[in-house]
Amino acid sequence: MAADSRVLTADSRPKLWRLARLEFDPVRQRPVLLYPEGAVLLNDTGAAILELCNGAHSVGDIVAILNERYHADVEADVTEYLDIMAQRELIRAG
Amino acid sequence: MPADRPTTLLAELTHRCPLHCPYCSNPLELMRAEAELTTDEWKRVFSEARSLGVLQLGLSGGEPLLRKDLEDLAAHARSVGLYSTLVTSGLGLTRSRAERLKEIGLEHIQISIQDSDPDVAERIAGARSVRHKQAAAQLVRELGFAFTVNVVLHRANLDRIEQIIDLAADLGADRVELANTQYYGWGLRNRSTLQPTRNQVERSREVAERAIQRYRGRMQITYVLPDYYEAFPKACYGGWGKLYLVIAPNGSVMPCHGATQITGLSFDNIREHSLDWIWQESGAFRLFRGDSWMKEPCRSCPRKTVDFGGCRCQAFALTGDAANTDPVCTLTPLRQIVDRALEEPALPEYQYRYPSEAPLPV
Repeated sequence: MAADSRVLTADSRPKLWRLARLEFDPVRQRPVLLYPEGAVLLNDTGAAILELCNGAHSVGDIVAILNERYHADVEADVTEYLDIMAQRELIRAG
Repeated sequence: MPADRPTTLLAELTHRCPLHCPYCSNPLELMRAEAELTTDEWKRVFSEARSLGVLQLGLSGGEPLLRKDLEDLAAHARSVGLYSTLVTSGLGLTRSRAERLKEIGLEHIQISIQDSDPDVAERIAGARSVRHKQAAAQLVRELGFAFTVNVVLHRANLDRIEQIIDLAADLGADRVELANTQYYGWGLRNRSTLQPTRNQVERSREVAERAIQRYRGRMQITYVLPDYYEAFPKACYGGWGKLYLVIAPNGSVMPCHGATQITGLSFDNIREHSLDWIWQESGAFRLFRGDSWMKEPCRSCPRKTVDFGGCRCQAFALTGDAANTDPVCTLTPLRQIVDRALEEPALPEYQYRYPSEAPLPV
């Protein structure tokens, strides 16, 4: 497991798992990722990252887009979040 | 204590089923078709469930395809924003029904497989079923549903766990859920026939771990070990009345599908109350919510936030008191009950799931 603990590189173009769907839950007033037999309640930042996981943007692109949007260096946070989601196979390296 | 919002509803649309598996999770007293909720009642329940916070809906049974209104129910579930899984034997999934389910937005289908060996599979199911399941799996793949194969494991199929996993991959599954039999209701009645040996369990664990790595990225494999061979009990869905609820075919709302066997618990019905009221107020939900009901060794145990004292249904089934520690736990002297069960001699014959001759009035 340790060997592939980082499944994404800056050039990977992560994509949401084919079976996962990003939704907004009006009951909890929170974005949520739904997939077979599971759900992850997200915060706005998590949702902003996952919305960009469409296979078109590289990890580097996603970091650049969010750096600009939040006027801050979010690279470490974004790559860590993507790695966790990739470990859980909720996003796939494209 | 105040209730959290539930995330998951298992709707047992019917107890009717073409299969007769001896480990069925339905209660020993199966409900007849006349007792089942109507289409409009189920739709109201799904709307109320979504408003209460439910995200995941299991359309289950029995065999949910025996409900002629399944497509209508699945369409309604989708329209209120639920992520639905059809939990089916595969029998009755014709092309036209599958196409209609795809059209209305059903996302996920779970098909049960009894074994990779067709003869043993049909002996366990108590019905000719293998060919139907293959055809159903092919349709599910072709139409692009999310596809899970689920398998209940026990003494007669556990040694073929590797072939079973490979079969699921051949059928095109995105996920395979392998779960050892849990001994409630029908499973408990057949325990001495179903129970695997420790050697079988150990070997299966190694095989499953290798398969998980081998299929990583292609097919997700989850493997649930038999809790009798574990040191600590399985966690009860985040705790009783915390995230999960089950509705029986007649509208009784339960914290768990095993809860019907806890005699003395009575369940409120959506024909008489709103789902919101039942979730918050129903005695059956409040009884074991939180941890104030716990006895020792649970009460002072740091694991009480990990496994919530284990399974109330199993505590009742094996000790006669649902407030006891789950007897799987090695921290309780009740563990000797499980240890004795592991020594039971193996019986050769299954007692198949059939409706009783004289059903209880519902």
